[in-house]
Amino acid sequence: MPTSTVIFEADNVSKIYGKGENAFTALKDISFSVKKGESLAIVGKSGSGKSTLMHVLALLDAPSAGILKINNTDITSLSSRNLDLLRNRTFGFVFQQFFLNANMSVLENVILPLKIAGVAETERRKRGLEALKSVELEDKANNKAVDLSGGQKQRAVIARALINNPEVIFADEPTGNLDSTTGAKVEDLLFKLNKEKGITLIIVTHDEDLAKRCKRRIEIKDGQIIKEA
Amino acid sequence: MKLIDILKTASANILQSKLRTFLTVIAIFIGAFTLTLTNGIGAGISSYINSQVGSIGAKNVFFITVKAQDTPATTNNAPEKYNPDQATKNVFGGQSQAVLTQKDLDIIKAQGHILDVRPEQNVSVTYVTAANSDKYQVSVTEFLDGTNLPMNAGVVPDNTSNQLQIILPYNYPSSLGFTSDNNALGKTISLAATSADGTISSVSATVVGVEEKTLIEGGSANVNTALFNALFAIQSQGLPAASLNKYPIAIAHFDSSLTDAQVTDLKSKLSDLGYTAQTIQDEIGIIQKVITGIVIVFDIFAIIALIAASFGVINTLLMAVQERTKEIGLMKAMGMSGNRIFLLFSAEAILLGFWGSFLGIVVAVLVGKIANHIATARFLQDFQGLNLLSFPIHTLVIIVVVIMLIAFLAGTLPARRAARLNPIDALRYE
Repeated sequence: MPTSTVIFEADNVSKIYGKGENAFTALKDISFSVKKGESLAIVGKSGSGKSTLMHVLALLDAPSAGILKINNTDITSLSSRNLDLLRNRTFGFVFQQFFLNANMSVLENVILPLKIAGVAETERRKRGLEALKSVELEDKANNKAVDLSGGQKQRAVIARALINNPEVIFADEPTGNLDSTTGAKVEDLLFKLNKEKGITLIIVTHDEDLAKRCKRRIEIKDGQIIKEA
Repeated sequence: MKLIDILKTASANILQSKLRTFLTVIAIFIGAFTLTLTNGIGAGISSYINSQVGSIGAKNVFFITVKAQDTPATTNNAPEKYNPDQATKNVFGGQSQAVLTQKDLDIIKAQGHILDVRPEQNVSVTYVTAANSDKYQVSVTEFLDGTNLPMNAGVVPDNTSNQLQIILPYNYPSSLGFTSDNNALGKTISLAATSADGTISSVSATVVGVEEKTLIEGGSANVNTALFNALFAIQSQGLPAASLNKYPIAIAHFDSSLTDAQVTDLKSKLSDLGYTAQTIQDEIGIIQKVITGIVIVFDIFAIIALIAASFGVINTLLMAVQERTKEIGLMKAMGMSGNRIFLLFSAEAILLGFWGSFLGIVVAVLVGKIANHIATARFLQDFQGLNLLSFPIHTLVIIVVVIMLIAFLAGTLPARRAARLNPIDALRYE
């Protein structure tokens, strides 16, 4: 696995919400880079701007100033269609609140990114079952998502994040809703993917133990990097 | 996302809140049901009238009268001046009516495309009787060549034949003592007319056909020219010369290959000469305009119901967008474009429109068939061949398409809202 290539490069990135007197600076002159295959923890208190930083990196939000490059491409040069494609093909998302559709089957939930990408149904099913197997949930494929336990839900979410063979997985407080045992299992799974498949991990958390397992950490306070290791 | 997946997802989504979907579909259903029934009645009656047109006259015939003069009351309040050149004839109530003379007929005949013109003369038959039957009243009309009569038996009269021919209305054969319609064919019956001096004379005629029951013609017997002239001759005996050769109406055949525009031209040419020429279609057109007008009024009610229903669609989808805000955010985060989100919600609106209209027309057609069945068995049994409602397939397709379009338009507001959601705000939404 090539670990030396830079995947994200932020240069004086700022994010300002609102205008005039109501303007609120969520991120201020952030500069750092992430290499392929790294695991990076973004830590900070709530309201520090760590989630905003993840949203900007994940192309869910555009920076107000500064330059953000992904795979050496300035994102301002990409059309919204290309941004959509980039998110669909390169990123996987794991959220604290899971965002599973309760009434759909686990398999249906997991293959959603492939459906969006326009992959044919038989192929979707095949890859969906593979992804579920890798998180040890293949026997729950046809259960409704609502019937899963918390840990199972988060594993299903990881299967969903994995299904498009992403380069990067963004995880926003992935263990925030789980007890420590199931949380540890989910963490193991994420770091296994990082190690075995070389998937870059970007984890937003305020959990020190989780942050410590990452190779690098960035600490955010009031929209600025106060510590980088 | 592929279109088929969008359609499947939309289908699954509207089934998730069944009660809400059901109520929205009901509102659309009512509109579609009403539209289908009103148009069904309009189409049923129109097609019946069209089929009846054939039985009262050929298509290339003008009924020509002297153009009505400006009525004095509406022009200058002065009584109308006497015009010595205008032939008149006394009609009921002592009023005189402008009539056509041989001179007028010659002028009309001289117009291009007019094949022949002759006065319409009325014959009143005193009675009709067969070998061993009672005497019955009957009214007769001269058969117009080219008329398409619905026949129960036999053929239409032959105007070129010297034989005196008649076709009987449907209810005469049994009264005249024939065992069946076919039994009457070729038999001789006797028709009597009364002359001006009160003498009753009769002529013998051959039955060549039996006519179906029709709405418009109202049971008069068609006779050929030879029989008509024979009866007219009896009736005219002893009339004063002044009453002869004055005709209220003339019948002119025109070239049947004329286009509608050429017919209109011919009409206006005759109008310039002071004659009013009307075809059967003109007269039927008036009835159809009335029916169309009534159908349009009902259609407007149905459209109002559909507009109300479209607010139901808007409401349903706005609730769906609200409920599924996070799901929309997730799909956008995963790279689904705003356009596709718009399509997804539009597809839900269109599906609601489709199911409402589809169920509406299916139930309306069923109700229509039952109504037809009851009507033709009961109060419409006098109208052979009348279907109260008819449902041409293209009308049904148009209704479904129009309603799907209305639903789509109603869905654009919520769909746009969904398409414009910011994924982060949507994911944070509580």
